[in-house]
Amino acid sequence: MRDVAIIGIGVTKFGELWDKSFRQLIAEAGAKAIFDSGISGKEIDALFIGSMSAGRFVGQEHVGALVADCAGFSHMHIPATRVESACASGGVALRQGYLAVASGMNDIVVVGGVEKMTDVVESEAINILAMGLDQEWEAFFGVTFPGIYAMIATKHMHDYGTTREQLAQVAVKNHANGALNPNAQFRKAISLESVTKAPMVAYPLGMLDCSPLSDGAAAVVLCAAEKAKKYTQKPVKITGSGQASDMLPLHGRKDICTFEATVHAAKKAYNQAKVEPKDIDVAEVHDCFTIAEILAIEDLGFVKKGEGGKAIDKKITTLGGQIPVNTSGGLKAKGHPIGATGVAQIAEIVMQLRGDAAERQVKDAKIGLAHNVGASGASCAVHIMEAM
Amino acid sequence: MTEAAVPRFWREIPQRYNLIGNQCTVCNKIYFPPRESCPYCRRKSMGKMKDVKLSNNGKIVTYTIIYDAPENFEGQAPYPIAIIELDEGPRITAQIVDCKLDDVKIGMRVKATFRKIQEDGYIGAIYYGYKFKPVEVDK
Repeated sequence: MRDVAIIGIGVTKFGELWDKSFRQLIAEAGAKAIFDSGISGKEIDALFIGSMSAGRFVGQEHVGALVADCAGFSHMHIPATRVESACASGGVALRQGYLAVASGMNDIVVVGGVEKMTDVVESEAINILAMGLDQEWEAFFGVTFPGIYAMIATKHMHDYGTTREQLAQVAVKNHANGALNPNAQFRKAISLESVTKAPMVAYPLGMLDCSPLSDGAAAVVLCAAEKAKKYTQKPVKITGSGQASDMLPLHGRKDICTFEATVHAAKKAYNQAKVEPKDIDVAEVHDCFTIAEILAIEDLGFVKKGEGGKAIDKKITTLGGQIPVNTSGGLKAKGHPIGATGVAQIAEIVMQLRGDAAERQVKDAKIGLAHNVGASGASCAVHIMEAM
Repeated sequence: MTEAAVPRFWREIPQRYNLIGNQCTVCNKIYFPPRESCPYCRRKSMGKMKDVKLSNNGKIVTYTIIYDAPENFEGQAPYPIAIIELDEGPRITAQIVDCKLDDVKIGMRVKATFRKIQEDGYIGAIYYGYKFKPVEVDK
């Protein structure tokens, strides 16, 4: 295995982008990443694309070939592979690209992620999102995707005394960060009351505890680390890559309030990178719902199990805090175009480690972590990165 | 989810109508829904999984109340959904019925009841299965 560097990043605006199609979005993100990397394009050995449900959202499968085509690489006949792991599709695609370069099989790989979620009506989008759950033994009985996270929230509040206000503060923090991100879907700070008084989606989670339906794409260019300086002055090395899985339905898990997939993926990534949770300077974690960020900071080891809510109160994870979390605005405010999310998280960490994050820059950020969860925690990818 | 062929639902009738799970006769662990083999005994359990009828009784591990419901459930909202731990051990996800929304609590004793779950659009099949209702505890 050899070292792998990220030499280019590209992210589209996230939001309800009615004038942009699935293929326009991924082509735009890919082109931005390639321009950013300094490669000409001819050097690309392979493409990996994360997409959860192009088939259901835009009626299009065969996404690998489609992306190679619309990005203008068909005449090069390079391999293009679509990767699916529900909401972790992007993070798992990144890991596949990482493995392709680390193994020595490829020198330069582009990893993209994309989802176009607003070409279907909202009720259909709700059905599609529930497909990341256990269709036969959860969704069949009427539980929604927010409903599953709501059951985690109920249990966390019951077992650890986490409060409604602590959940809401996650949304307040991430919207404040999103206001500083030009690509975010929501660029507006919100008040605690607006979260707690928002219409109920699934008790105890309201509308503003949930990430939105979004369109968007992101891409990164990976390169063998020894060749990275040939293309860019600011390569970022992937020092740890972990992936894990768990029982598909939430009710099958050992502990409702722990995502073992996160715990195991993080352990592998920390071990490989030879770092501990306390060494992380900045993290993008999977906050599809406010409770998800509380679980994430516990399962990643930033705080002890059960203390995620209190950590929000202590502002540990706020910009300027001990370990700023979701400086991009997170899925909550930046938006959550499913397949794009895991790749966009990587792009945010790269910006932070390059010192290019402008108003939301974490001072002296040296080590960053990205955490991408599939649906209700049945899959997870964790990546740790360091500036070279 | 519309226009599903009926066999997909017909083959799950024993589990959804009668809570039929299965047991690994090597380690005695009970599974719901039934598994082809035991994840812990693996090849030793092949051919040694035995169907068992679960008791219908359990308690609520956690719950939510669904306000924003999927299309096939819109008429039922708001409705409670819970993870229930059956007395034999397996946990399942199901609706809680026959009680006020405010009465649903963690730890509450519930028992399975046979109900209509959803309709597949206007012309599709009507699906039945288990929901759970509170057990009045005798003092």
